Amino acid sequence: MRKLAIGRFIFPLYALLALVFLLIPIVYTFVFSFNQARRRNTIWNGFTLDHWANVCSRQDLCDALGTSLTISFISTLIATILGTALAIALVRYRFRARSAVSLSLFLPMATPEIVMGAGLASLFFSLGIERGMFTVILAHVMFCLSFVVTTVKARVQMLDPTLEEAASDLYATPTQVFWKVTFPLLVPGIMAAALLSFALSFDDFIITYFNAGNVTTFPLFIYVAAKGGLPPEANVIASSVFILAILIVVATQVYGNLKKKRLALAK
Amino acid sequence: MAFAAFSSNTPNKNSGQPVKSGKIVLALLLPGLIYLAMFFFIPLVALIQTSLVKRVSTPSVHFDPAWNWQNYADVISRYWPQITRSFGYAFVATLVALLISYPLAYFIGVKVRHRPVLQRLMVTLVIAPFFISFLLRTIAWKQLLADHTPIMEFVHQIGWLQPSQSFIGSGPAVVFGLIYNFIPFMTLPLYTTLERLDVRFLEAGSDLYASPSKVFRKITLPLSMPGIISGTLLTFIPIAGDYVNASQDFLGSEKTSMIGTMVVQDQLVTNNPQTATALSVLLMGMILVLVTIYVRRAGTEELL
Repeated sequence: MRKLAIGRFIFPLYALLALVFLLIPIVYTFVFSFNQARRRNTIWNGFTLDHWANVCSRQDLCDALGTSLTISFISTLIATILGTALAIALVRYRFRARSAVSLSLFLPMATPEIVMGAGLASLFFSLGIERGMFTVILAHVMFCLSFVVTTVKARVQMLDPTLEEAASDLYATPTQVFWKVTFPLLVPGIMAAALLSFALSFDDFIITYFNAGNVTTFPLFIYVAAKGGLPPEANVIASSVFILAILIVVATQVYGNLKKKRLALAK
Repeated sequence: MAFAAFSSNTPNKNSGQPVKSGKIVLALLLPGLIYLAMFFFIPLVALIQTSLVKRVSTPSVHFDPAWNWQNYADVISRYWPQITRSFGYAFVATLVALLISYPLAYFIGVKVRHRPVLQRLMVTLVIAPFFISFLLRTIAWKQLLADHTPIMEFVHQIGWLQPSQSFIGSGPAVVFGLIYNFIPFMTLPLYTTLERLDVRFLEAGSDLYASPSKVFRKITLPLSMPGIISGTLLTFIPIAGDYVNASQDFLGSEKTSMIGTMVVQDQLVTNNPQTATALSVLLMGMILVLVTIYVRRAGTEELL
């Protein structure tokens, strides 16, 4: 019994320490977004709100942010559409090459980014395609695709096929069944996949580095700036993105809870 | 697939009989598969093709199509230290990340199971680092662990490091960064498996007089194998190919260069795509071999 008591105390303490460890760089980035510093944002000089008030005093930084948002938005949209279709086909239909398709969708996730980046760069080079925003989007859709498929697939597997059967029994056409029954039930999975792929695309550095040409995304800006000294405005942007992402996660969870409660009440 | 445990947390019990195929399935599959072929498989072919060209430097630098296997021999002899370092770092970092993540995932998945709000909060905190730039996280550690920071003063004082030695730029600093950056990739799949662990098995074990360590070895560990496999794969693979942590601008120095460092240097700095691609192909090949052996091994152990 004594052992149990110690265990009860050690486990939470350990988990707390591990989580604190994970959060240290986030807190650091946030705190140093308030630092009175110009270029070398490494030593604490005092508190200021200037960087938050004038984020775009560094025009190049805001341009990079804009580029990143555009790239992530377009890549997410394409990857989500392609990936959702693949996921539905893989779970709902039986066809000959099914396991081969699954395997080839798994391979990109088992490929180091550096390999994918170098491969795409070789392809664009040998085709004579100039690298730029277009090639970055093509690359981002590629590495987001597999993650979308895995995420949506999990949701399709949870789906109760009797609901769709009921709809067709009630004379709904296959198109109606899809848009009125299947799709709405898949929305949470599709949303999760879109968020994941947005996050992956927004934060990607290596594949982008290989295929960007003259385009500067937010991670590329940080990479270049890190050599000379990172402006605190970069911390402001990263912190805002972080807060926004956490708010979205919390909102989806609260929404999911409310929905569950409503369903429970309905029953 | 081992990776399935990463995202699906419900067993596949409701999917019923898949519907028969037809034109619909083709319409659903084709766009994605064509994309995959064009921007994943063809680039791999382009990669292999480029890894075999001959670099000619006179009169000006150009590349002749060839079957120049010499590139691979060059790469292996020239970059052998980087190759062993990459896999060595990846091995150590994955192992430490597993040791750190397992108790954390166990606590979140099993111990706080009866408090869903706390559980969800903790999962959110585990994935929180994903939402702040990977590069900024690494820069934060670089600045926190630089010389003369409070943390490093302490480390020097207790004698873990000689006063003249810097931590940043050393191998352990790179491994530290790799561990930190990839812990969420380890914790998440472990959590999704442990969350489904039926505690009644554990109770049955102790009812039959098994010691806590025996319960862990004979019940908990085998049942969490899928999570361990996907977690270790999700950390080992990206770590072996990582570029950022070992880079001189982040936590490394020229003494810590990894495969990724050399690929970037050859491809983007010194204009040697033939060695950059040969090294990439080699990395991919070694990972595939290791992963296949590992999954087979782990798979049979799971059956025992």
